[in-house]
Amino acid sequence: MPEKNLLGIEPLGAEDLNRYLDQADNFLGVLERPIPIVPALRGKTIITLFFEPSTRTQISFSIAAKRLSADVVNFSRATSSVVKGETLLDTAKNIEAMKIDGVIIRHSVPGAAKILADHLDAFVINAGDGGHEHPTQALLDLMTIRQHFGRIKGLKVLIVGDIAHSRVARSNIFGLKTLGAEVGICGPPTLIPREIEKLGVQVFCSLDEVIKEFDVIMALRIQLERQKSGLFPSIREYRNFYGLTRERIKKIKPHGVIMHPGPTNRGIEIDPEVADGNKSLILRQVKNGVALRMAVLFIHAGGKIE
Amino acid sequence: MKESDIRRALRRIVHEIIEANKGIRNLALVGIKRRGDFIAQRIADIIKKTEGKKIPIGALDITLYRDDLQLVSEAPIIEGTEINFDINNKIIVLVDDVLYTGRTIRAAIEEILDFGRPKKIQLAVLIDRGHRELPIQADFAGRKVPTSKKEIVDVFIKETDGADSVVIHSYRKKQKDTKSGQGKTPRKTKVKQLFITGEKNNA
Repeated sequence: MPEKNLLGIEPLGAEDLNRYLDQADNFLGVLERPIPIVPALRGKTIITLFFEPSTRTQISFSIAAKRLSADVVNFSRATSSVVKGETLLDTAKNIEAMKIDGVIIRHSVPGAAKILADHLDAFVINAGDGGHEHPTQALLDLMTIRQHFGRIKGLKVLIVGDIAHSRVARSNIFGLKTLGAEVGICGPPTLIPREIEKLGVQVFCSLDEVIKEFDVIMALRIQLERQKSGLFPSIREYRNFYGLTRERIKKIKPHGVIMHPGPTNRGIEIDPEVADGNKSLILRQVKNGVALRMAVLFIHAGGKIE
Repeated sequence: MKESDIRRALRRIVHEIIEANKGIRNLALVGIKRRGDFIAQRIADIIKKTEGKKIPIGALDITLYRDDLQLVSEAPIIEGTEINFDINNKIIVLVDDVLYTGRTIRAAIEEILDFGRPKKIQLAVLIDRGHRELPIQADFAGRKVPTSKKEIVDVFIKETDGADSVVIHSYRKKQKDTKSGQGKTPRKTKVKQLFITGEKNNA
């Protein structure tokens, strides 16, 4: 049985992960119906609390909640200054006072979701906390891979790009390893965290040398807002070595697929022709995201919470 | 109820369905998971034999429509609903194993209406055990069995349980009430026990 909150993939076992994925597969069917709404969470109120900019994640959670008949309140504040723990706690107390059943939080500080979870009776879903974790993104990636290949165990997955700043990479590494995939990471050495091998991944510096060995190539977004300190010489150089260009993609396995958590920087980490090409699962990821988040909300809000 | 009793009851239900609807035109079956879907399949097979025509059949998982989700200790596993035909203007016969409080049927009706606007919805059940909590009645019932609320009615069918039988047994602490859903599928060892209990007060 999963915990009250979903804060990260790291503590979850294979059984927990599969439970989310199995439920999500069933919710895909609900989305295909003439009236794609079920009354499962009628009367529940869920707030999305986004302290960092996001389009698809917040929308995806809102739609998922509405498809389950929950009431949704959206709050977003794009801010570059770190919101202090005190302020966050204050927010938590206010939420408590308003009798909200669940909180979905995105925040630039790692552990922000945990702070809320420690102080609230409501369930808390982490929608990205700094460079720490983004569990629902990893789950929807796992769901998409399993849907496409029919399995995860034994597959070889390569995560390309800015691993150091990426919560998506971290959550995916945990989930993929737990479900028995082989994980490689590839990027400029300045964007590969030290001692990442301890998570059980193989590190590669040359994308051209290894791209043909992998079943799934997962490109990460180059976070332009974090690149002012010169971690690589130029955008063009990044594209030359690590971009999923049309030419480079010709080398991947015949059954290989391309994924990207979005939003994409077209022409930098991925060419438009590749993002829209027949090997791309990007839109499938977005579609699965709604079903997966329905499953997460249903599991955490559906039953009585002790 | 033994295997032969169940077979006869289903055959009678089929005759009643056909008679009440003056044929099988526009007829479709929707079974409620679990077991209702298998019983619906058998009814469809009998209709195929007697009328020589296949009718559309679907299955509902009403989990997402339950009114007691808050009372369940953890979120139940959903199994997925399969209705792959247009239900508009059809006569839908809902099929379930046991009719008890009527709450499952309420949920099923609501779910069906989210798929379209059928001409009619009728209800066929193998066992009607009474104790309704909502104004819902079966149009076709295999057998009406007066029971006490403390008793448990278990329907076993070949497709999931290895054999056909219906047993009534008195309340035991560990066994979950059949209509509370979750504990519905008995483990293999439990089935055996239930058969022993069942033989004593076989319906």
